[in-house]
Amino acid sequence: MLRLEGLSKRYKTGDLALQNVDLRVPAGQVMALIGPSGAGKSTLIRCINRLVEPTAGRVVLGDTEITALSRNELRRARRRMGMIFQEYALVERLTVMENVLSGQLGHVGFWASYFRRFPQAAVDEAFSTLDRVGLSEHVDKRADALSGGQRQRVGIARAMLQRPEILLIDEPTASLDPKTSRQIMRLICDLCAERGLAAVINIHDVQLAQLFVQRVVGLQDGKIVFDGPPGDLTSEVLTQIYGEEDWTATVRRKRKAVDPDDEDPVLDEERLAGNV
Amino acid sequence: MSVASGTRWHPQPLIADARVRWALIIGATLYLILALASIDVNWRRVAEGIPRAIRFIGAFLPPDFTSRWGDIWAGLAESLTMTLTSTVVGILISIPIGVGAARNVAPVWVYLLCRSIIAISRSFQEVIIAILFVALFGFGPLAGFLTLSFATIGFLSKLLAEDIEDIDPASAEAVRATGASWLQWMNYGIQPQVMPRLIGLSLYRLDINFRESAVIGIVGAGGIGATLNTAIDRYEFDSAAAILLIVIIIVMFAEYSSSWIRQKVQ
Repeated sequence: MLRLEGLSKRYKTGDLALQNVDLRVPAGQVMALIGPSGAGKSTLIRCINRLVEPTAGRVVLGDTEITALSRNELRRARRRMGMIFQEYALVERLTVMENVLSGQLGHVGFWASYFRRFPQAAVDEAFSTLDRVGLSEHVDKRADALSGGQRQRVGIARAMLQRPEILLIDEPTASLDPKTSRQIMRLICDLCAERGLAAVINIHDVQLAQLFVQRVVGLQDGKIVFDGPPGDLTSEVLTQIYGEEDWTATVRRKRKAVDPDDEDPVLDEERLAGNV
Repeated sequence: MSVASGTRWHPQPLIADARVRWALIIGATLYLILALASIDVNWRRVAEGIPRAIRFIGAFLPPDFTSRWGDIWAGLAESLTMTLTSTVVGILISIPIGVGAARNVAPVWVYLLCRSIIAISRSFQEVIIAILFVALFGFGPLAGFLTLSFATIGFLSKLLAEDIEDIDPASAEAVRATGASWLQWMNYGIQPQVMPRLIGLSLYRLDINFRESAVIGIVGAGGIGATLNTAIDRYEFDSAAAILLIVIIIVMFAEYSSSWIRQKVQ
């Protein structure tokens, strides 16, 4: 589905953010990318849709080589990759509906988007997606009138309107409280399962990642240092990714979550199993 | 706690080097004293001037709105026309130049070109441009219209460009990530973020242009300034006072209404 080969990025400042990264994400897989700040997680995600130009290496989505595309072709390819951001990155002075419909910009012409005359099919889809993320009562509110969790739902709906094949998600819960974080992660994972989407999720909260994803990739100093199921994240692995620290609480918490007797409703084993 | 209690603390001085600091303070004080000493005030002439000033102000009173009302009205209409048309034309030209002069949305060569246009427009005061345009196109409101349009470009493009450079890059990036074209990116990612300020600046410029139209009229660019100039030339100070009062009222009205509208569009 998504293939990164020898991907490297050196910024103009000389910082080597990514070093020769190889990664494959199969269709329908939800993957968490963990690592300390500055490890290159954001850079990696942005190299995939070339918001950041990689210095070397290839990005292949399906059978399209993203890194070989001209500007116009890249624009078309970007429609296939939905992006969700840390601070929601909504256009605050636009309404919820306008923000959601902006996911369709790659599919409609300039004048249609300028006069906000989107095809009825897109409008229908926007309404049903807003309903799905639980915002059908806020359609015409301005984005800056919503709470953090609601804004992130708008961000998710916008990404969905692109009808993407993969989601690139940058710290979706970093600005949210713990409960909202879980709801948002659950929503993202449910949507991915419903639509068979793959996702790469940058995330700081290791425990939260362990609750939801099928695979964890650890990035450290621009290199992949861990790749495996969340159950394999041991104290040693976390020390390797983040450095020396007492990780027992994090690891124990994970074991508890994997316990089938756990009442935590977020762990829908059946869904995870059916989806792999 | 390795620092003993009772340790005094002072804020760091603005200029770290004590010698440079004192040299600057003493130098600036000395220059100020010398400069003040060089002003030659002739107190006798100041004393003579005071009753003349009182007579002069007396000549303004009471303001006479009626005897030259036809001229005043014509000048006023001309000024308002000039103000509105030059503001609209100026804004229309400013927007593309302002976009081009924003480093975060324009390529380097467009940026440099647009910044030089802005620099040229800003380097001359309206009166100087007006003198030039009067020389080129003759007396009258056309020269005034061109002057104000030209001056509007420098003002509005510069401030618009700065506002575009200050936008939240995350939402602009998000719109770009959807596969939007450049124009769509502008329309969805940039425009909503700068629109309130653009409206505010346009209204502000409208009221600057009205005030300027009174000034450039004096050098022959038409409008209420020309009427004012004529009134003063004819020693009709009571009519001049009427004109000044009307200008003050219109500027105040523009001031209040524009700040009200700016609050509304936030």
